Amino acid sequence: MKCLVTGGNVKVLGKAVHSLSRIGEELYLEPLEDGLSLRTVNSSRSAYACFLFAPLFFQQYQAAAPGQEALRCKILMKSFLAAFRSLAMVEKSVEKCCISLNGRSSRLVVQLHCRYGVRKTHNLSFQDCESLQAIFDPALCSHVLRAPARVLGEAVLPFPPALAEVTLGIGCGRRVILRSYQEEEADSSVRAMVTEMSIGEEDFQQLQAQEGAAITFCLKEFRGLLSFAESANLSLSIHFDAPGRPAIFAVKDILLDGHFVLATMSESDLHSPAPHRLVPPLQAHSTPHLDDFANDDIDSYMIAMETTVDSEGSRAGPSIPLSPGLRPPCSPGPYSEDNDAEPSTEPGTPPPKKFRSLFFGSILAPAHSPPGPSPVLAEDSEGEG
Amino acid sequence: FLFQEKIITASFYNWVSAMVAKLAKICTLRISPQTLNFILSDKVAGGGVSMWCELEQENFFSEFQMEGVSAENNAIYLELTSENLSRALKTAQNARALKVKLTNKHFPCLTVSIELLSVSSSSRIVTHDIPVKVIPRKLWKDLQEPTVPNSDVSIYLPVLKTMKSIVEKMRNLSSHLIIEANLSGDLNLKIETELVCVTTHFKDLGNPPLASEDASQDRDPEQMAEVRIDIRKLLQFLAGQQVNPTRAVCNIVSNKLVHFDLLHEDVSLQYFIPAFS
Repeated sequence: MKCLVTGGNVKVLGKAVHSLSRIGEELYLEPLEDGLSLRTVNSSRSAYACFLFAPLFFQQYQAAAPGQEALRCKILMKSFLAAFRSLAMVEKSVEKCCISLNGRSSRLVVQLHCRYGVRKTHNLSFQDCESLQAIFDPALCSHVLRAPARVLGEAVLPFPPALAEVTLGIGCGRRVILRSYQEEEADSSVRAMVTEMSIGEEDFQQLQAQEGAAITFCLKEFRGLLSFAESANLSLSIHFDAPGRPAIFAVKDILLDGHFVLATMSESDLHSPAPHRLVPPLQAHSTPHLDDFANDDIDSYMIAMETTVDSEGSRAGPSIPLSPGLRPPCSPGPYSEDNDAEPSTEPGTPPPKKFRSLFFGSILAPAHSPPGPSPVLAEDSEGEG
Repeated sequence: FLFQEKIITASFYNWVSAMVAKLAKICTLRISPQTLNFILSDKVAGGGVSMWCELEQENFFSEFQMEGVSAENNAIYLELTSENLSRALKTAQNARALKVKLTNKHFPCLTVSIELLSVSSSSRIVTHDIPVKVIPRKLWKDLQEPTVPNSDVSIYLPVLKTMKSIVEKMRNLSSHLIIEANLSGDLNLKIETELVCVTTHFKDLGNPPLASEDASQDRDPEQMAEVRIDIRKLLQFLAGQQVNPTRAVCNIVSNKLVHFDLLHEDVSLQYFIPAFS
C-alpha cells in the first residue's frame, strides 16, 4: 500500500486521527478500492469510528502492489498520532505525507516531507489484523437530524467538558433538546448541575423524528467527531432509533466520509423518575426491517475476528464473544474488561449503567468461518469488500 | 421561602460569579429585597478567611421579586458550588435575556434560564439547574456581615495585577508574606527566609481619609503596621481579581488581620485574611 497526501489534506488526515484517538487505542488501517479506511473501536466495544478517504483525497493512491492482496494492519493509535501530534505544526510546515506498507518490511512507514527539506519518518510496527467491521446502516434508522457542525458545536458549548453522557431528543414544538445526563447518586449530598439546551427546528437542515424520540449517548466520544466536522466545516447527521440501538453520527463530503457509531442507553438502563427523563420513553416499534437486530440478546452480539491470510496461512484464535455488562465507556480510569458491575437488586438503586455493545461481524470468505456459537451476521451494508 | 424571580439585563456582571468562584469553592448566596450577597464564612476550612460581596439588586436586575421566610426575616440563604453559578452565567455572555428562579425539581435548585442571541430566527434557550441547599434560619447568625475592625493603617492598593505577579514570584520562595503599610502612602510586601529576604516597596499610594480622627492623630505617619499572612491566601484573593477595581483599600490591624475592601463599579467585595498563627 502506498499513498501520498499533500497540502491542506495532511491536516485533514491529522484531524481525523485526532478524532479517532478519542475513541480507541488501536487504529485499524485498511486500504480498499474505495479508499483508505481508518477505523477504531473502544475497549468496551460500545463505540466504533471509521473514516474512509476516497482515492481522490490523495495525490497518489495505491491500495496494493499489483498482483498482491491488499494488506491491512493494526497499529497503536498513540504511535500513529505521534506523527500528527501538533496540528499547528502540520499545517505550517508539512508539505506532503506519504504512508506506505509493504509485506516484506514489518513496518508501516509514515513520512512527512516538511519545509526546508526536512523529512520526518515514523516507522511503526504493526500487527496482522482482524477485519474490523461494525454492522450498521443509517438508512435503517427511523430518526435523522442533520445540521451544520457549527450549530451542534454551539449546542454543546454550555456543557462542561467533563460531562460524560448527554441525552438528545425532540421536545415540544419540534425543538431539539440536549440535556446533561447524570446518574442519580444514592448519596445525594453533592448533586450535579443539570444543563439543558434547546434549539429550534429551523437550525437543522433535516429533522425527521417525532416528538418524544430521545437517546442518551457518550458526549465525550461524540465530541471527537464534532471537532473534526467543525474544522472541516461539514454538516453532521445523526441517525438514531429506539434507546438501546446504536446511534450513527456521520459526516460526508466528496473526498471522505466519517462514521461514529455509539451505543445508546437502553430503556432499562435509564433511571426513573420520569421528570428526569427528557421525554417519555419511546414505544417499542416493531419494524420489520429491523428483524435482524430484533434480538437484543447480548449473545447475539459478537465479534468474529479473522486474520488476514498471510503467506503462512496463520489464523487468529476463535471468535471472542462479548461479555455483557461491560464497564461503561465513559467512566474514568483505565479501560478494563472486568465485569465487576453486578446488577444491583436493592430497591431504589438505579441499575448500573450499561452501554450495550455494538454488533460486529466480519466479512467471511467461505473458507474461514470462525468456530464458536453461531454468530448473527447481517449483510455488511456498507458495501465494502 | 419561595419563589423568587429575577430577570437580568445583559449588563449583569457575570464576572462577579467568576470572581467568587475563584475565591470560594462553596459559598452562600444571600438574597434580600435590596441586596444580593456572596458570603464565605469558612472559619475552619478556609483557615479563617472570610469574604463578603455585596450587590444592590436594582443595579442589575430589571425585575426582582422575592419572599423570605417571614416579614422580619426577609431573606433567603442558599449554599451552592460557586463554579456552577459561574459556568451557568458564562453561557449568558451573549444573552438576549436571562432569568433566575428558585425552583424545586426534586431538590431545591437555582434555575438559570438564558435566551441566547442567535443569528437565525429561532431562539436558543439554555437552562441550568444549579442544586442549592437552603440554609435554615438558625444558621444565619454565622453568615452576617463581618464587622470591620478599627484598623491601624488604611491605604490604597497598587495595581492589583502588579501585586499579583510579585506575590506569585514570592510564593516560590516562602509560604508566608508580611504586608506592611503606613499613613504616608508606603506599602511593602516582604518575605524573609533563611536564605533570602525580598521586599517590594510601593510608594505614594495615598491613604483614604480616616474614619476615626482620634486614634490616628497620634500615629506617626511613617510607622508601619504589619501582618504576617499565608501567602497562598493572598494569592488566591489576587487571582480572583481580573479587572482593576474602581477603588481598592487595604486596612491593616497590626499582627491580627488584613482587610481588603474593593469596589468594582456597583459591586463591593470585602476579604479578610487573618494573621498567620
